[in-house]
Amino acid sequence: VFKRFVEIGRVAFISFGPHAGKLVAIVDVIDQNRALVDGPCSGVRRQAMPFKCMQLTDFVLKFPHSARQKCVRLAWEKENINEKWAATRWAKKIEAREKKAKMTDFDRYKVMKAKKMRNRIIKHEMKKLQKMSSKKGKKPEKPEKSEKPEKSEKAPKSEKVQKAPKAQK
Amino acid sequence: MAGEKAAGEKKPGEKKPGKKKTDEKKPAEQKASQKEVGEKKKKVKKHHASRNPVLARGIGRYSRSAMYARKALYKRKYTAPETKIEKKKKEKPRATIIKPVGGDKNGGSRVVKIRKMPRYYPTEDVPRKLLSHGKKPFCQHKRRLRASITPGTVLILLTGRHRGKRVVFLKQLGTGLLLVTGPLVINRVPLRRAHQKFVIATSTKVDITGVKIPKHLTDAYFKKKRLRKPKHQEGEIFDTEKEKYEITEQRKSDQKAVDSQILARIKKVPQLRGYLRSTFCLSNGVYPHKLVF
Repeated sequence: VFKRFVEIGRVAFISFGPHAGKLVAIVDVIDQNRALVDGPCSGVRRQAMPFKCMQLTDFVLKFPHSARQKCVRLAWEKENINEKWAATRWAKKIEAREKKAKMTDFDRYKVMKAKKMRNRIIKHEMKKLQKMSSKKGKKPEKPEKSEKPEKSEKAPKSEKVQKAPKAQK
Repeated sequence: MAGEKAAGEKKPGEKKPGKKKTDEKKPAEQKASQKEVGEKKKKVKKHHASRNPVLARGIGRYSRSAMYARKALYKRKYTAPETKIEKKKKEKPRATIIKPVGGDKNGGSRVVKIRKMPRYYPTEDVPRKLLSHGKKPFCQHKRRLRASITPGTVLILLTGRHRGKRVVFLKQLGTGLLLVTGPLVINRVPLRRAHQKFVIATSTKVDITGVKIPKHLTDAYFKKKRLRKPKHQEGEIFDTEKEKYEITEQRKSDQKAVDSQILARIKKVPQLRGYLRSTFCLSNGVYPHKLVF
């Protein structure tokens, strides 16, 4: 049922508070509500932090309890947590949310145009397939064709969406 | 006369009884004879001592009329230089005018005063206005411009017939209104004035450096014109006033001049043309306070 546990070395994501949005490693448990926490590579000083503001990630580091910051840093960099984190879907969703909030009026227009074009392409292909299926009955070619246009359309759309918010920065 | 004068010279400010003066004439004459000639040339007027010997303080020997004779005032009648007065008197402006009058048995004309007396004197003069501080007329007000609005910014108009349209900002005019253009070919917004308060400034900017805006585009150029000449009967007035606005040739030429420069720069930015063509609108889940413009 539970897959992520609070343990020494567990990397946690801080959801609210002054250090919101940063990653920390649990160094020690103080009592039922608080943990000693340290984030040398994410700019969080060694401090006590309540569990409530922490959200556990999948990453676990290896260091003994109450290890000093240097050890935590070594373990962190060895596991390359920062890169691994950026590659997770969780982090990508956060980033996408931030970008969406920062969109200017012009960007919104560009996204709207890109979405429109993408949807048109998809619809076009769908209609084509529907026509074919209605004319000639079921065919083995269908699943191949339906996959190809979707992939080719998703690539330009995602590029456009990324280009639009990136270009203004 | 000369002798007396000479005597007067030698003894100025002397107050002696008249008898002594007459007796002293002769010796005074002999002494003064040489000096007379010389002095006559230098000084024409020499003031005589008082011809009215003093009996007691404040009381003279001779009466007014006797003094008149003694001082020979009958000979000395001076008038002020007359010429200026005469001239001024001559230059009096016309006080009345003669106007012809119609009607039978009226006498043909009346004499009418040009400058008439006032027909009303108020009991109190114009009441003093209370002093006020810092109340300036509109023409002297300080004009401000939001920092987010710079030349070339894309603005979203919120009021007027062009509401929701995205438009390029050119400059701020003298009264503080913003000069704005579509450009016309993109969204049918001509060179127009917009109010700063009823506009959203986006962060999208078109590079307008080097675009020359004609200098005759001022507030007076854009001001609405209204004819008011109610000479005719009331039924006809409402027709003659400007109902239809006609676009003058000057406006068209100005529009072309400005737009041609701006369109070139708009084309350089991808998708900007389509952006300016579109209109701004809100839909479900879109909250203006959360939007970044």
